[in-house]
Amino acid sequence: MIKYILQRLLQAIVILVGLSLLIFFIARVVPGDPARVALGSLATKEQVQRLRAELHLDKPFPVQYYFWLRGVARGDLGISLYTRRPVIQDLNDYLPATLELVFFCFLITLVVGQVTGVLAGYFRNSWFDALSRLISYGGIATPPFAVAIFLLFIFSNLLGLTPAVGRISMTLSPPPRITGFFVFDSLITGRLGLALNALSHILLPAVSLAIANLAQESRVTRSSIVDNLQKDYVAAHTVYGIPRRSIIFKYLLKPSMIPTVSIMGLDIAFIIANAFLVELVFMWPGFARYAVTVMLNKDLNAIVAVVLVIGVAFAVVNVLVDIVVSFLDPRIRLRGREE
Amino acid sequence: MADRELAPAALRRSSRRLSKGWYKFSRNRLSVVGLAIIIVISLAAIFAPYITPYPSHAGPYANFKESSQPPSAKHLFGTDTVGRDVFSRVIFGYRYSLMLAVVVISLSAPPGILLGLIAGYYQRTKLETVIMRITDIFLAVPPLILALAITALLTPNITNQMMAVSLMWWPWYCRLVYAITASLRNEYFVVEAELTGARKAHILLRSILPNCVGPILTKVTLDMGFVITLGASLSFIGLGVQPPKPGLGTMVADGAKRLPAEWWMTIFPALAIVLVILAFNLVGDGLRDMFAVEEI
Repeated sequence: MIKYILQRLLQAIVILVGLSLLIFFIARVVPGDPARVALGSLATKEQVQRLRAELHLDKPFPVQYYFWLRGVARGDLGISLYTRRPVIQDLNDYLPATLELVFFCFLITLVVGQVTGVLAGYFRNSWFDALSRLISYGGIATPPFAVAIFLLFIFSNLLGLTPAVGRISMTLSPPPRITGFFVFDSLITGRLGLALNALSHILLPAVSLAIANLAQESRVTRSSIVDNLQKDYVAAHTVYGIPRRSIIFKYLLKPSMIPTVSIMGLDIAFIIANAFLVELVFMWPGFARYAVTVMLNKDLNAIVAVVLVIGVAFAVVNVLVDIVVSFLDPRIRLRGREE
Repeated sequence: MADRELAPAALRRSSRRLSKGWYKFSRNRLSVVGLAIIIVISLAAIFAPYITPYPSHAGPYANFKESSQPPSAKHLFGTDTVGRDVFSRVIFGYRYSLMLAVVVISLSAPPGILLGLIAGYYQRTKLETVIMRITDIFLAVPPLILALAITALLTPNITNQMMAVSLMWWPWYCRLVYAITASLRNEYFVVEAELTGARKAHILLRSILPNCVGPILTKVTLDMGFVITLGASLSFIGLGVQPPKPGLGTMVADGAKRLPAEWWMTIFPALAIVLVILAFNLVGDGLRDMFAVEEI
């Protein structure tokens, strides 16, 4: 088991190194001088030259990569040309808001996706099944930024039920930073009102982000439940007189979750990418706007960092998913032991 | 050569297969609806200059007397802030969306398929390792992010957008075809072809590739939807079709600033995106059923 996880981790590291090379390469072969862009057209040649030297842009590509890698090993991702601050500090500021969004999105996907999927599988071909199929089709076909706009229009603009933008109301001051998640930080410091306020702000963005994956999750869980319902062990349990409800929840849920959880690992990449767009709609002060800004400003260090952060998140979640799946599926867990 | 001599019989066989395929496909009513939607949208997009009520509105046109009009008989989807007909612009927007999808898939599928065939055939060789690890690297971040980075680093416009998305898209085909090829690698018909001394190109393209056609076609159809979503997303951020040209994503983004009072500027283009993606998904599902052998 441990060997398996280590193997997966090693694989992930190799891929990340490759990814850093790829993005590093792309960022440097494109036309245009990043130093010139950063300093503006008014800067003198000498100033541009000095910045190029500072960024090692005047050296050959492998040397640039070496300097960058050495920095990363020390936890230094370089200086952002756009914000003129260490990139790591920028990430530290912007990332928690996005992580909070992704976390709530995951929570909604997992809970609602499982529940509706199990119900649709259990009451197969009922009106609930038909309804969930209809919603799933819509959810899969609607790009998250469109979902966000529809939800914003209906719930904030027309019905006035939820606040439209931001993480908390403008009049309130944010909670002290402990986890970086506003909802949890306000709960920890005992400010229930602020927590509810933050929750009401995160609801729509998180739902917009969740819907596409939720729809897929629900369908996969449904077909998995339907598949497993036809297995011999379910027939055996039924013959033993075990009530159907406990067959579902005690015996069926765990194997049926395996494909769902595996898919979630792949989905995380899309959730992060879509968070970019949803954040723009709801003016969520997160990673996305920072990422878009630095990309438009050809901010080399920041772009490489942004892409890598996403790559790392993707890799970490997938290793975690592998671990969870191996706990759910004894065949994977025990395979290592037999060898 | 042999094929050509047998042409009439082969033709009959393929036409029979076609009608059988259509029967399977059309059993799913929704897929037929999806196909109809795609045909209508494609025709509308191709003939946009002739069928839209205000073709000139797809460019730098302005008429402030007509600005921000709500939907009416004259302007089906209303007008935007400078008085351009939103309906006409949506139809022209479909042009860019469909063009992007067609170009991206025709640029990225062939190399992806070829690399997948090679990696799947030469299993446990350096070639496989190199191809599949590179594929993994490209798949390690969502295509939107890398496409975003590349388009932003170059100049944001539709050509660069097509290049960036194509560059991100081949690994998906590579992985799909790799999996199928790997599973067929040791089947008798492949081994037989090897024993008769067939050239590698023949084995890959004539023995193995035909078995990948179903999944590839299904993927192409579903990908049309995905690429359109990706393109709309990039345009939404401002990195796709540049104004005054009408991109669906651009229109949604511009209109969103006018919510809720002037809702038609953003809601109609957004619905237009949903419609075309839904249609491709429905057809993709139908194709999947059509090519599924084991399912009844």
